Amino acid sequence: MLDRLIEEAPQFFSYYNVIFLGKAMLATIGLSAVGCLTGIIAGLALALVRLPTGVLWWPAKVIAVFFTELFRRIPFLVTLMLIFFAFQLTGFDLSLFVVACIAVFLIATAFLSEIIRAGFEAVHRNQWDAAAAMNFSLLETVRYVVLPQAWRIILPPAFGFFVLFIKDTALASQIGVVELTYAGRVLNNKGFSAALVFGTMLVLYFAISYPLARLGVRLEARLAKARHR
Amino acid sequence: MPRLDIVDLKAAYGSLTVLDGITVSVGSGKVLGLIGPSGSGKSTILRVLVGLLKPAAGRVLLDDVEVRYSNAGDVKRVRDQLAIVFQQYNLFQNMNVLDNVTIAPVKIRGRSRGEVEQDARELLAKVGLADKLKSYPDELSGGQQQRVAIARALALKPEILLLDEITAALDPELVSEVLDTIRVLATEGMTMLIVSHEMGFIREVSSKVAFMADGKVVEMGAPAQIFDAPSEERTRDFVSKILRH
Repeated sequence: MLDRLIEEAPQFFSYYNVIFLGKAMLATIGLSAVGCLTGIIAGLALALVRLPTGVLWWPAKVIAVFFTELFRRIPFLVTLMLIFFAFQLTGFDLSLFVVACIAVFLIATAFLSEIIRAGFEAVHRNQWDAAAAMNFSLLETVRYVVLPQAWRIILPPAFGFFVLFIKDTALASQIGVVELTYAGRVLNNKGFSAALVFGTMLVLYFAISYPLARLGVRLEARLAKARHR
Repeated sequence: MPRLDIVDLKAAYGSLTVLDGITVSVGSGKVLGLIGPSGSGKSTILRVLVGLLKPAAGRVLLDDVEVRYSNAGDVKRVRDQLAIVFQQYNLFQNMNVLDNVTIAPVKIRGRSRGEVEQDARELLAKVGLADKLKSYPDELSGGQQQRVAIARALALKPEILLLDEITAALDPELVSEVLDTIRVLATEGMTMLIVSHEMGFIREVSSKVAFMADGKVVEMGAPAQIFDAPSEERTRDFVSKILRH
């Protein structure tokens, strides 16, 4: 088997295949990055919307809770298909990659908003009280007091989610986005051995997610030094 | 001149009535001591005053101007004029001592950092913590944390200081260092509302003492009257139990 791999390798790593794989890898990285970054921003916004107690905020809160609970419960593949067919029916001419980005954004936002909300809740009530009594607005309280303490609680599950999420982007191949898993199947169908093709996939996925996990560990270590409680 | 009048104040946690018609007042430079058994509503008065709990009825007048707690502008004004020190200190855990004291004046009130830091250093020296400016709350003892909390409240230049059982969470040997700080403030003419179980201390610093039970003021008067010659049965009962040990 090993000699077969060695024999196939020069052909497999031909110029065009490498370009093809490189582009596919960029698509996977792109999807993951879009999901993680928009997810942090929109997730934070959703978590913030759920904080105020005023009656005027009720509609926004209900929408935020509904959104979060809905998209955390639907399998990624189903969300993807729904978005895909929704855009087809309404006649929007969006590229498959953009469709996948939208699905990724929805899912990441829902999960990260819940992770961030849990982080907020873990900060002791008395910190909120002290800030309120000194005339901090809700946003000022979050910015100066709560977020700096909540990061330590938010980061581990958030990075755990990011790493899982990179793997989930493989599902975008189901609607035809040429990302890593899709590229692997194409090359496999071209006749390259499964061991070589999917072995390469393994290495590439690892190459994407390992640095991310390391980044998470480093951030946690840095924040652990920052005092808390 | 700061003056605070509380008239027939009522408040509840859900269906549980905690304040059932409280009428007390404190004049400029005076100290009002609030005593009574746990659950009598003493701390709740302070939480209502700084807008952490909405009153159900009654009036609060600050310098003869009514504070409407349903009005955001009024709540902001009252929080600018009153400062509270909590039982659990509630220092910001992510900031060192100096930042804890300076953040609200600088970031919320918009005063210049240099001026506020100067004030903060003086206040922290006054409470005996000049050497702890860069320490974090979790590196300090309870007594030190509480003194930081007092400095933080004073940095807001409040007209009236509210103290909510500030020694209740402290080890006995740390109580006096905190109370000494308050004694100094009292002699300097700081207007204060003090909730405490330290009866000797209340008697010493208060101009007037209110004994509370079940959300009502049972009896109010000069410290000597409340502690030595209470006219109400419940006050007598409470005082005798407290002073016996």
